[in-house]
Amino acid sequence: MTDLAQSLHLAAPEELLSLAAMLLLMIGVFRGDRSYTALTWLSVGFYAVAGALVLLPGSQGAAFSGLIVADNFSAFFKVLIAAAASIAALLALPYLKRSRTARFEYPVILMLCVTGLFIMVSASNLITLYLGLELAALAQYVLAAFHRNETRSSEAGLKYFVLGSLSSGILLYGISLVYGFAGSTSFAALHTLLAHGLAIGPLIGLVLVMVGLAFKIAAVPFHMWTPDVYEGAPTSVAAFFASAPKVAAMGLLVRVSTVAFGGATDSWRQIVAFMAVASMFLGAVGAIGQSNIKRLLAYSSINNVGFALIGLACGTQAGIASVLFYMAVYIAMTLGAFLCVLDLRDLDGQPLEKISDLAGLYRARPGLAAALAIFMFSLAGIPPLLGFWPKFSVFQAAVDTSLFPLAVLGVLASVIGAYYYLRVIKTIYFDDPAAVVAPRLSLVNGAMMAGAAVFCSPIGMLAITPIVGAAQAAAASLF
Amino acid sequence: MLSFMILFPTLAAAGLLLAPGGEETRARIARYTALGVTTILLGLGLALWAGFDPANGGFQFARNAPLFAPYFSWSVGIDGISLVLIALTVFLMPICILASWQSVTKRVPEYMAAFLFMDSLMIGTFAATDLFLFYVFFEGGLIPMFLIIGIWGGARRIYASYKFFLYTLLGSVLMLLAMLYMVHEAGTTSIPILLTHNFTPQAQTWLFLAFFASFAVKMPMWPVHTWLPDAHVEAPTAGSVILAGVLLKLGGYGFLRFSLPMFPNASVDLVWLVWALSMVAVVYTSLVALVQTDMKKLIAYSSVAHMAFVTAGLFALNRQGIEGGVVMMLSHGLISGALFLCVGVVYDRLHTREIDRYGGLANIMPRYALFFLLFTLGSVGLPGTSGFVAEFLSLNGAFRASTWLALIMTTGLITGAAYMLYLYRRVIFGTLTKPDLKGLLDLSPREYAILAPIAALVLWMGIAPNIFIDPIRAPVGRVLARLDAARPPVTAIAHLAPAKVGK
Repeated sequence: MTDLAQSLHLAAPEELLSLAAMLLLMIGVFRGDRSYTALTWLSVGFYAVAGALVLLPGSQGAAFSGLIVADNFSAFFKVLIAAAASIAALLALPYLKRSRTARFEYPVILMLCVTGLFIMVSASNLITLYLGLELAALAQYVLAAFHRNETRSSEAGLKYFVLGSLSSGILLYGISLVYGFAGSTSFAALHTLLAHGLAIGPLIGLVLVMVGLAFKIAAVPFHMWTPDVYEGAPTSVAAFFASAPKVAAMGLLVRVSTVAFGGATDSWRQIVAFMAVASMFLGAVGAIGQSNIKRLLAYSSINNVGFALIGLACGTQAGIASVLFYMAVYIAMTLGAFLCVLDLRDLDGQPLEKISDLAGLYRARPGLAAALAIFMFSLAGIPPLLGFWPKFSVFQAAVDTSLFPLAVLGVLASVIGAYYYLRVIKTIYFDDPAAVVAPRLSLVNGAMMAGAAVFCSPIGMLAITPIVGAAQAAAASLF
Repeated sequence: MLSFMILFPTLAAAGLLLAPGGEETRARIARYTALGVTTILLGLGLALWAGFDPANGGFQFARNAPLFAPYFSWSVGIDGISLVLIALTVFLMPICILASWQSVTKRVPEYMAAFLFMDSLMIGTFAATDLFLFYVFFEGGLIPMFLIIGIWGGARRIYASYKFFLYTLLGSVLMLLAMLYMVHEAGTTSIPILLTHNFTPQAQTWLFLAFFASFAVKMPMWPVHTWLPDAHVEAPTAGSVILAGVLLKLGGYGFLRFSLPMFPNASVDLVWLVWALSMVAVVYTSLVALVQTDMKKLIAYSSVAHMAFVTAGLFALNRQGIEGGVVMMLSHGLISGALFLCVGVVYDRLHTREIDRYGGLANIMPRYALFFLLFTLGSVGLPGTSGFVAEFLSLNGAFRASTWLALIMTTGLITGAAYMLYLYRRVIFGTLTKPDLKGLLDLSPREYAILAPIAALVLWMGIAPNIFIDPIRAPVGRVLARLDAARPPVTAIAHLAPAKVGK
């Protein structure tokens, strides 16, 4: 009985979010679409409470006989996810209202997705892993198709669904192989069972699990869906996809690699290293030809995942810490960039998505232009902007573990990547104004954008010490 | 004080960007604020020099705050080499602001803010005593320069700004990896400690090459110099001045601060590489400069040639050469900056840099012709100007290191005189035949204020160079001590040889 009470206590954030999602659903059903704004703010409140619950002292340990675990690592990710989800919920407010799709389901589905993400980063068993992943994924399919009257959005949802189910199937097959050969689904048990090298059976299982997770983080060569889904899905949804689910999947990948397959680091290191290099280069090169800014940001997210994977490929505690630090900064940069995109509309309120529409943006919207420039320079990783330091930390981890080829390829990819980020800045500042951009509508979005821009600016370097400290503590809880 | 010098312009720049008001008032406020801020910095720079103890070869005015643990710390301090380069920076900045007083009319607050950022970053680069703090400032300089070239530049500005940015970025990221390795090996990011750390000779070679990739691009050395003429031609006048005056000095500063003392074995071993590139650069770029039809491009190629003197001097690895290299950096910063300003003066009037469009300016602009002549001769290295001191010292050093090096480098003096005087003859002398030149006005008081201080300094440095060399003696001595320890022991070999023969 005390065990159950203890478990319920440890899983409090997840329980809170699932109950809150039901509550929001009830309110929505009774009050209709009018309640959309209220529900959104309410959901943000719940995210804040859930984030605070995570940080409460005494809320760490294994729950439900080791099915889920609450430790520094999951806490770090849950705080990130809660923050990203709050921003993603808020930034959708003006956008959905304008496109006349302000339905009450949006915050509800978002919250269900976040519940799944929370379970993902806490999972310490292959079954819980799959449970969290599927809960989040199902919600994401719906969100991608949220503009149900638009072909593009429906197409994105369907594409995402088909490919997502396929990857889930592969993942499940991998899980069954691992279970069949090793005899356990618990991460901790797998760690000891697989410590003496992998036989061919569990090796195939490992590869299939990696494939399934690589799909979720959109690492090359399982990235094909990303540009299409980001382009087709409502922009607010794309912003969410690029932040919270990606970060959660990365957390899951890290935990599975270092805990469940921690005894077989050499087996997965080459897979991760290959995905890192391929993602960095394909993300960088693929973005050059893009004319749609959402597609560009999709390639940029592929590119960034590649850099983060360098840290994972190191397999050391410092490497994992660098991945966490990378993800924390990446969320701010990518959400900031999407906030800028959301704010781009012509005078009729139609969203502007082509890069050429940005031409001469500095004249109509100097503040927006400056913020976007900060995010782009930051994503390109130019010091003294904050975006440089995550790259720095993964390269440092790579050099410290003597993975020199990976580090050299990484810096080369970052130079290629700089080119297309510069192209956006060039369009904003160097070209003559083309499209007419409407003035700012939402004060909340403007404030969030300004906050993200300040965070990514050199001032944000003061945040290095606390974030890296938290990331190191989180990484330490895995080893 | 150093921290204040670094942060103050940035804060002022942020203030300019956020200042409210109409376009006209904002522009006026921006001009005066920028001038005021840079003048204050000049005063602070002089105070720094006054309070500097030249006998002390270590870092002075040092401050350290572990603000960005665990990656790096805010750690600043200067030795003599940093001091003279900071002085050059703060001296050129107000001049740059004045030079763009009227020629820049669009987006003035942003322009001035970019220059103030630049000021911060350059002072920071020279003052940083933390490896990664240095890197941050070193790389950060790309952003304002990219914007200055791209927004306020000429017709092919976008191409030039990309080229500038990507070239220098590619060089620097390799240096970043080398820095990460150094920190991994030595366990500290502090430059003063790294200066005494002995890396293994194999590691030194790789580290040297990685740093070389970065500094050679910044310098710029042949064959990675091609971004410079493009950037210079397209940048606005003040941008060119900063580029030539300060940014190009980062490469030389880097060689002197990092490559020579931190990797002394590699420096001694790979000296042939630098020499070879310097020799090619002098001969090749001087010949290229001879056939240029664009004034700025000609001066840009002359910059590459002069920078080759710097590298040849520094890598002569003796006192004369290194001191000559530093003086060459200072002298080139002044003279080349002044030459770009001279081009800017006529460009503001006629809006062309084609040499053929000019001729006979001495007839209507005699005062301008005088200044132009002084800087031309300074560039050529006439005794009495700073150029002579610089060239004499670095060639002297080169001669002690290798006669062949000195021989080839000296041809640069001859060709240098040829292209500069040829330029001067075509622009200034001759009869005034072109109709649109007849209405040109001579220098305005503002232009006097820009050119006269540089002229005075060029002459001062030419006649009494010791004031400028004194602060760098002690730090150069330290560099030499590191290099001498790494040099193969010549006498020992002489002992061994007969012994072998005897057997």
